[in-house]
Formats: sequence, C-alpha cells, structure tokens
Amino acid sequence: MLSVENLAKTYDSGDEALKGVSMEVSGNELVAIIGPSGAGKSTFIRCINQLTTPTAGSVLLDDVELTELSTGKLRDERRNMGMIFQEYGLVDRLTVMENVLSGRLGYVSMWNAFRRNFPADDVRHARATLDRVGLGGMEDKRADELSGGQRQRVGIARAVVQRPKILLVDEPTSSLDPESSRAVMDLLTEIAREDDIPVLINIHEVELALEYADRVVGFADGRIVFEGAPDEVDEDVRDTIYRGGTEGSLEAEPEPATESDDERPATPTER
Amino acid sequence: MATESIETAGEWDRFDRRERLLRYVALLGTVLLTYVSWQALNVRYSYLVTAPEMTLNLFRRMYPPDATYAPEIVAPMIATINIAVVGTILAIVMAIPVAYLGARNTTPNRYTYGLGKFLIVASRSVHVIIWAIVFVIVFGTGTLAGILAVAFRSVGFLAKLISEEIEEIDRTAVEAVEATGANGLKTMLYGIVPQVKPAFIGLSVYRWDINVREATIIGFVGAGGIGMELQTRIDFFDWSGVLTILLAILVVVIFSELLSAWVRGKVR
Amino acid sequence: MSGELADSEFASYDGEWERPTVFYNTAVKYLVYAVVLVFLVWNVVNVWVPIDRLLRGFGSAWLLVTSMFPPDFGVSIVVTPVQVGGYNVFVPSALAVDNDALRLWSGMIETLAMSIVATAIGVVISVPIAVMAAENLVPRPVYVVGRAIVSVSRALHELVIGIIVVVGFGFGALAGVIALVFATPGFLAKLLAEDLEDIDPTQMDAIRSTGASPIQVLLYGVAPQVMPRLIGLSIYRWDINIRAATILGVVGAGGIGNVLIRSFDRYDYQYSMAIILSIIAVVIVGEVASAVARRRVQ
Repeated sequence: MLSVENLAKTYDSGDEALKGVSMEVSGNELVAIIGPSGAGKSTFIRCINQLTTPTAGSVLLDDVELTELSTGKLRDERRNMGMIFQEYGLVDRLTVMENVLSGRLGYVSMWNAFRRNFPADDVRHARATLDRVGLGGMEDKRADELSGGQRQRVGIARAVVQRPKILLVDEPTSSLDPESSRAVMDLLTEIAREDDIPVLINIHEVELALEYADRVVGFADGRIVFEGAPDEVDEDVRDTIYRGGTEGSLEAEPEPATESDDERPATPTER
Repeated sequence: MATESIETAGEWDRFDRRERLLRYVALLGTVLLTYVSWQALNVRYSYLVTAPEMTLNLFRRMYPPDATYAPEIVAPMIATINIAVVGTILAIVMAIPVAYLGARNTTPNRYTYGLGKFLIVASRSVHVIIWAIVFVIVFGTGTLAGILAVAFRSVGFLAKLISEEIEEIDRTAVEAVEATGANGLKTMLYGIVPQVKPAFIGLSVYRWDINVREATIIGFVGAGGIGMELQTRIDFFDWSGVLTILLAILVVVIFSELLSAWVRGKVR
Repeated sequence: MSGELADSEFASYDGEWERPTVFYNTAVKYLVYAVVLVFLVWNVVNVWVPIDRLLRGFGSAWLLVTSMFPPDFGVSIVVTPVQVGGYNVFVPSALAVDNDALRLWSGMIETLAMSIVATAIGVVISVPIAVMAAENLVPRPVYVVGRAIVSVSRALHELVIGIIVVVGFGFGALAGVIALVFATPGFLAKLLAEDLEDIDPTQMDAIRSTGASPIQVLLYGVAPQVMPRLIGLSIYRWDINIRAATILGVVGAGGIGNVLIRSFDRYDYQYSMAIILSIIAVVIVGEVASAVARRRVQ
C-alpha cells in the first residue's frame, strides 16, 4: 500500500510544483491523475520513487518511509516500484531483452550484470512477460527498431519483471497514436488485475482516464482539487480541474485560456 | 498599380545586380590576394623554369625503388604503428575525463566546463610536430616523445567529439535504469555505456587511422618512427631508398584507412 | 510465482539468453576480442618505457615549461622618466621592436602567403582531378587514375613531400607551396568528387540533348550544381593549409615553422613560446574566418 502525506516540492527555480498532496493507493486499483500541464502531476509521480527529491511530506510504501532512506536502502525500495515513462526510457542500442532484464539489475551482481548473465528464472520471467505484452520472439531486436507502441510495451515489461508492489506510470500514451494508447491502457489494467498490484497513472487524455480508471484524482496548481469515481467527473469537475473553477478549490489560479486545450481528450500529439 | 510593379521589378534587378557585383569583387579580391602573396614569396623565376627538369631528374634517381633495403624499414614501420596505437590508447585514457569536464550535462560547474574546453582547444590548436619538438626536448629522441606527441595532439579531438556524444545522451533512459533500483555503476553500464559505445569505438579507430599518418612525420624532429629513417635516407641522397619508404608508407596508411572505415561501418 | 502463469507453463520458457553479436557467434566474438587485445598489448610492450625515464622526463618538463614563461615576443615598451611635482614618473613613450619580433612577423606573413598561393593553385588542379575521380562522369580507367591520385595525395603527409622537395630542389617557401599543393587534392578532389557523384543527372542530360560537347556538358550541366560547394570546400581547405603552412618550416620549407625550429635550436624557449602562441592565434582566427565565410557562401 502506498500512502503519501502532505507531499510538497519547490524547485530551485522557486517554482512550487507540489503544495501538499495526500493520497492513498492500495489493492489492485487503477488510479488516474488528470490535470492541466504544469499542475504537478509528473513531479508527484517522480517524488514517489524519489527520482525527484520532495521538499516536504512523507511517502510510505508498505510502512517504509521513502523520503529519509540512505542511497543504498532507497535503491532496494526502488526495486519494488516499477516506473513507466512518457518517452519510454528505453536504451536504444540495447536489445529488447537487455532492456527488459534491466528491471532485474537491482538483484544481480555487478559482474553478472556486465556479462548479461541473469538467473534462469529472471530470463524465463522476461520471456513470459514479453509474450504477455505481445512481443514474444522480439528478444534480440534492438530497441530502436521498434515502433512507439512496441517500445512502450517493452517499457511496461521492464517494470513488470521487477515484480513491483506498485506501478508508477508517467504519461504513458502522450507519444502514442490513439490505437496504441488504448492497447497500452488495456495492458496496464490487465496487469493490475492479474498481478494484483495498484497502478498509479498520470495521464493527459481525460477520456482514457475515465474509461479505464477505478478512481480519478484531479490536480490543479500543485494540489488535489478532485477525487472520486470516473462517473463523478462532470462538466463542473472538469471546470474545477482545468479552468480553476471555484467549486472544489478556492486557491487554484485560473489557467490561461490556451490551457483549456488540454481538456480535449485523446489528442496524442499534445505537448 | 502599374508603376508600383515596375518599381518593385527595378528593386529586384538592383538587388540581383548588387549580388553579382559582390561576386565579381570577391573574385577580383581573391585574384589580387593571390598575386600579392605570390610576390611576397619572392620566388626566383629561374627555379620555376628548371623545376620540371629537376622533378624528372629526381624521379629518375628514385626509380627503381631499392628492394634490398626493404627489410631494413620493417622495424621503423612497426615502431610507427606502435606509436599510433599506444598514442591513441593514451589519448583515450586522457580524453575521457576531459570530455566529462567539457560536456555541459556532466561537468560539475562553470569553471570545470571552462577548464575542459580550454584543454580541448589547447590540444587541438598545437600541431603534432610542435608537440613532438617539445617532447623530444623533455624526454630525448625516440619513441616515447612520439607517443606523447600523438597522444597530446589527439586528446582534444577525442574529448571534443566524445563530449558532444555525452551531451546527446537520452536522460530518460538513464533515469529509467536508475528507477529499477540499479546502483551507479550498473546504471552507467546499462544506461550510459550502450549509448556512447559505438561512437566511442568509431572515434577511437578513426583517430588511430589519422595518427598512423601523423606518426610518419614526427620522426623529422626526432620523435621516432619511419620519419627518422626517411630523414636519414634523404640526408644521404639515397633516393631509391626514399622511394621504398614512400611506398611502404603508402601501403600502411591506405591499409589502416580501409581497416578503420571497415570497423566504423561495423559498429553502430 | 509470476502471478498469472502456472508453474509448469512458466517453466516451459527458456531460461538461457545470450546477447546477439555482430560477429558470427560467441566463439568468433571472443577470438576477435583476444586478437585485438593481443595486438594492443604487443604494441604497448614494444614501446615499453622504464618508469624512471618517465619520471626524469617530468622533471625536465617542468624545467622547460618554466623556461618558456613569460613568452617573449621581442616587443618591449620603452619608458621615459617625466618630472611631475619633483617625482620621477615613468611614462611609456615608444614601442621597441627587436629582430625577433621582425622575424616572427615576416615568418607569419610568409606562412599566410604560402597558404594563399597553395590554395589557389591547389584548387585549380583539384577540379580536373575531382572530375576524374567521379565515377558517373568519366570512363572506368580514368576513374581509377583519379582515385589513385587522391589516395596518394591523402596518404603522404605534406611534411613528407616538403622535406623531399627541400632537399631535392633546395628552395624554401616554394617547397612549402609545392607540398601544400600536393596535399590539396587528397581533400578537395575527394570531397568534390563525392558531390559530383551526387549531382542530378537530368540537368546533365538536358544540356547533352542540345548537342553540347562533353566539356560544354561539364561547364553548363555540372558546374552550376557544385559551384557553391566548391567555393565552400576551397575556403575550408585554405583554413587547413594555414595550419599546415605554420609547421612546414620545421623541415625547412618556409614560413613561421622555420623561425620556431631555430628558436628551439638556440634554446630561446621564451621566444619559442611566443611563436607557438602566435601560431595558435593565427590558426584560430583562420578557423573562425573560414567558418564565417563558408556560412555566407551557403
């Protein structure tokens, strides 16, 4: 179970990206975070596995406080969190198999990592996972030979072979066409159910969020301004999230007019 | 309306004419500059008249190449290759930290960045022969001076291109490896090394190929290799021996060029 | 163990995986690595240097560096005392220039002159060689000759040619010019030939269909397509020739290199440093000027 409390992040530049966010994620639910660009969604996801160090607040993963860990301990905990990136985060010149197996790097010795010598169980799991994401037989291809949708599925496979306690997903579909986007969302839902882990997705396209999520969290200006079931997201709620309407938050600043473009769903090329 | 369009047409014409005029001025300037330079060189015209005859004469004295002399140049030729290889290895070892300093995304601060750039420019703008002179003074005549000259000359070239490669690294990929819980070394091994390895190998081999050529000349100032042998033959006016050496250089240089091109085609 | 898969199904997957290699198989791969390693080690062993010699070298390196500073350009400022309110105040009154400064100056002028003349001649002879080395423009035998000229010009360093011409013919700056002219096609003709091979053949055919002679086809169908590139490459080559001209004097082929090597011979290291710094300055200025000029042409 992931439990975040009063998480805040102020960048060196003085930008307050997060202004105290609290949230709990557990079971095998799929939680979608929606909100305009600059609302702090990405910062939130990155503050959970400490790729970005939060300024204040706490992050508890199964009762382990992540914000105060030593480097070594933090690495051990990172193995329990799978992360999926907007730009896939694949190493282009490595093979698909190496990219997937890099999810096990936290468990093998330096020398074995160097020789690409992973335990047989890891290799089996990697093969099985590639099959599962529909890339069976592509092990020896180089990552840069794949299409965008395929690359994102390699990214998912890498997170899955970590056998994580939670999946953190940062804008998985914003570089993809609508069809690949849906395939990726289907896959993430399936993983949440079958592997019985929660999935926390930060997503741009509202319609996809509403369709797939069990719970929707609306971010605006570094704060949570909405939390509820997908069918509770009506025009008023959208207004609150995207135009800083007065409904749920008095502090949220009105977004500039251009930002309302973000509301239009399923436009994969945005930003 | 009509007058306006005529006026615009005139404008275009004038612009075109100015462009053409500029071209003629540039051409005239180049010719003039060449003429002045030629005058500055104070070439005695008697030289020019006799030059073709002298060339022919020289070739006659060179040909045929002295085959019996060939075994004697094997050792200096091998030394030349040794200098190129070891000089390149040394250059790589020195270039990695310099590249690290000279790349915007890895350098610790503004001053180290400046230092990195300075080292790159300093190494690149001093010709190998000048490095060779300096190292011959320091270490005496021989291969060591040659190796150091080649190495110091190559550092800037390698560091510059490697730092550009480092600047182009995909940060997300490195972060993604980090996010799996891999430690610093493993992150480097899986996130950074694969991204820079092909360029690194390609550049090293390319520089080695250039260094073979450079290693043929540093002997003129005593820094070892075939150049020293060539100088001796020339000083003795042993022209057929000179031709033998030239042919040997030709073979070695062209071979290393082909080898380097082949390797670079292989890694990507 | 993997959640969704039965153990038996999971076990059916292959637990072995080996990274594919650009070599035919792992054995070949390790063989190649071994050969490369042996080659590298052989090179290092061949030139093995005793540590104490290296260490001694570092001592004399320090000595050399200290004796090179401050660089002496042969220019000094003359100061004369002026009485101001009962005190002697020294005021710079003139610039004293000695022979060293003059030699540095004239050597640099000669270097630049060599580079300009050599580039002009080099470009003129490179153009026909480039045409010869363009596969699409000439018959096969001519092409082979063209490529051979390019290869020889590339393989022999300009200093090698310089030293031969100096001893064989016995002249200074002209030897340098000849060496640079010799080296120019290896760069210019090679790159120009590559451009010629990429030209649009329909433009050539159009001229040919008017009944033009082969020379006319070259002039009207080919030349306009590669002219900007030729100018750009020529400027680039001039930049390279400046660099090369600064060191040709080391073997007696004229230019600032002559002055440099003589300064080393008489252990005038402060002057040597001044010359090296001047060379660096000229080379950098040439590089920047060439870059700017090439951008303007394109």
